[in-house]
Amino acid sequence: MKKHDLRRRIMKNKAIYLMILPGLLYFVLFKYFPMWGLVISFQEYRPYDGILGSDWVGFKHYQRLFTEPMFWTIFRNTIILFLMNLIFFFPVPIILAILLNEVRLQAFKRFVQTIVYIPHFMSWVIIVSISFVMVTMDGGMINEGLDAMGMQKINFLLSDEWFRPMYIVQVIWREAGWGTIVYLAAIAAIDPQLYEASRMDGANRFRQIWHITLPSIRSVIVILLILKIGDVLELGFEHVYLLLNAMNRNVAEIFDTYVYTAGLKQGQFSYSTAVGFFKSFVGLVLVMSANWLAKKFGEEGVY
Amino acid sequence: MVHDKTIGGRLFDGAVYVILFLVALVTILPFLHIIAGSLTTVDELAQKRFVLFPTKISWDAYTYIFSTNTIFRSMLVSIGVTGFGTLFSMILTSLMAYGLSRRDLVGRKQLMFMIVFTMLFSGGMIPTFIVVKSLGMIDSYAALIVPTAINAFNLIILRSFFQNLPDGLEESAKIDGCTDWGILFRIVIPLSMPAIATISLFYAVTYWNTYLPAILYIDSAEKWPIQVLLRQIVILASGLTADSSGFSGDFVTPPDQTIKMAVIVVATVPVLLVYPFLQKYFDKGALLGSVKG
Repeated sequence: MKKHDLRRRIMKNKAIYLMILPGLLYFVLFKYFPMWGLVISFQEYRPYDGILGSDWVGFKHYQRLFTEPMFWTIFRNTIILFLMNLIFFFPVPIILAILLNEVRLQAFKRFVQTIVYIPHFMSWVIIVSISFVMVTMDGGMINEGLDAMGMQKINFLLSDEWFRPMYIVQVIWREAGWGTIVYLAAIAAIDPQLYEASRMDGANRFRQIWHITLPSIRSVIVILLILKIGDVLELGFEHVYLLLNAMNRNVAEIFDTYVYTAGLKQGQFSYSTAVGFFKSFVGLVLVMSANWLAKKFGEEGVY
Repeated sequence: MVHDKTIGGRLFDGAVYVILFLVALVTILPFLHIIAGSLTTVDELAQKRFVLFPTKISWDAYTYIFSTNTIFRSMLVSIGVTGFGTLFSMILTSLMAYGLSRRDLVGRKQLMFMIVFTMLFSGGMIPTFIVVKSLGMIDSYAALIVPTAINAFNLIILRSFFQNLPDGLEESAKIDGCTDWGILFRIVIPLSMPAIATISLFYAVTYWNTYLPAILYIDSAEKWPIQVLLRQIVILASGLTADSSGFSGDFVTPPDQTIKMAVIVVATVPVLLVYPFLQKYFDKGALLGSVKG
């Protein structure tokens, strides 16, 4: 009886299944097939023989992974950029949103929002290009500024010590404004009576932010923190690849750029797939642990 | 919030305004500098580096870049990819989002999980490349569109929007004999125009900015979208990047600063043109996606 019922419900929605089909096909082809394609990391993949025809080599590529010095360099670089994101970037949208919320002149608030959202819509190529033009040694406005103030010009693009600051400044410049949207919405949902009551009790603006605004948006902060941790290894192929050059390689090479050069440029398909798999797997484990921890501390978590 | 007239309150307000004004200034200055720089002469740019208001407007840089075939062709590629791509993405995304918004659908939960999982884990660059290659898409415009046709976030945003439409509408249409296709095209989509517009613009911006698929899948320089060309002109021309392969012949000597700036402007302007339309909607749109997941 129940089976029959199920069939009827499926048949009734024939049209709906037909609508889902193209999208489903997309996910199978471009998301799930590549997941199956991870098996080539256990093979000596040869493009002409394909996955079915290539030889199995077991954990050979994973062994190489953990003994290769370059692997540990990119591992370190990835972790450092991730931590910089967490420490220097993550709090900025929160602070910006709180400041915007304190503005009572709606026109001014609107004006600032309009401007700070813009960079999010620019490609990394544009953002990196703009900074190249600005920091270049011959006539870039930053170096000319340093020069005018009697300081030494800095070769930002070709030094390994300036790669990280430049990377994080670009991330903040592009994403901080856009990141405020979620927090502003969370702040808008706070009951205004809370603020009135606190004012009666003599709380000043700092205390209101500390005791009302921040605790009220805590769950949103936690959710975004989990998502950020899940992104641990997604530092942006495009962004880093565009900044990467022979001079800053030992601090700038990260998993994604390494997979691209070792895999597509040098044709080590299987080995670089193993590197990519390692990355995706660590990301998955991290987001799940972060979520589990959040729940443990009484927050909602992402799923 | 009620105005707070204490001295501390006023100081606080003043500080907030000043900080936010500076933030806005720092955000917009680089753009202004690039636009002004592209409109000035090479000499003026060389004399004073902080150009924000050129004393003498010169269109030389623009005249030059549009006299080269390369940039014109890249613009056309980008425009085409953006147009077709957005249309293709929207068809796939809306159909699937509507299907998944139907509460009576058997297997809905499993399908949703399948989609969310792709946001947490992926096969990565090389296996995806192999799939695209075995589909025979290498060096075709399709490779710039099809492998990234659906964005899981956009799909979920649209699904939430469809789901929040009143159920009664669909039911009454059904009673009047409307098919599922009719409900989607005559009721759901017309009622969801704000969401459809937002998501279309998100897709359009992504396609305009497309870079990674182009360097992965496109081999011939005449099929490069504008972003790839921009990288060649501004970044590779500085002689900094690791591989300088495929640098096209139109710029043998490193181009002048003004020309670099003009190319940046040309690659940016289309996004800035849609931005005002975008802005009207995205507060709501982006929110739905980020918080409700």
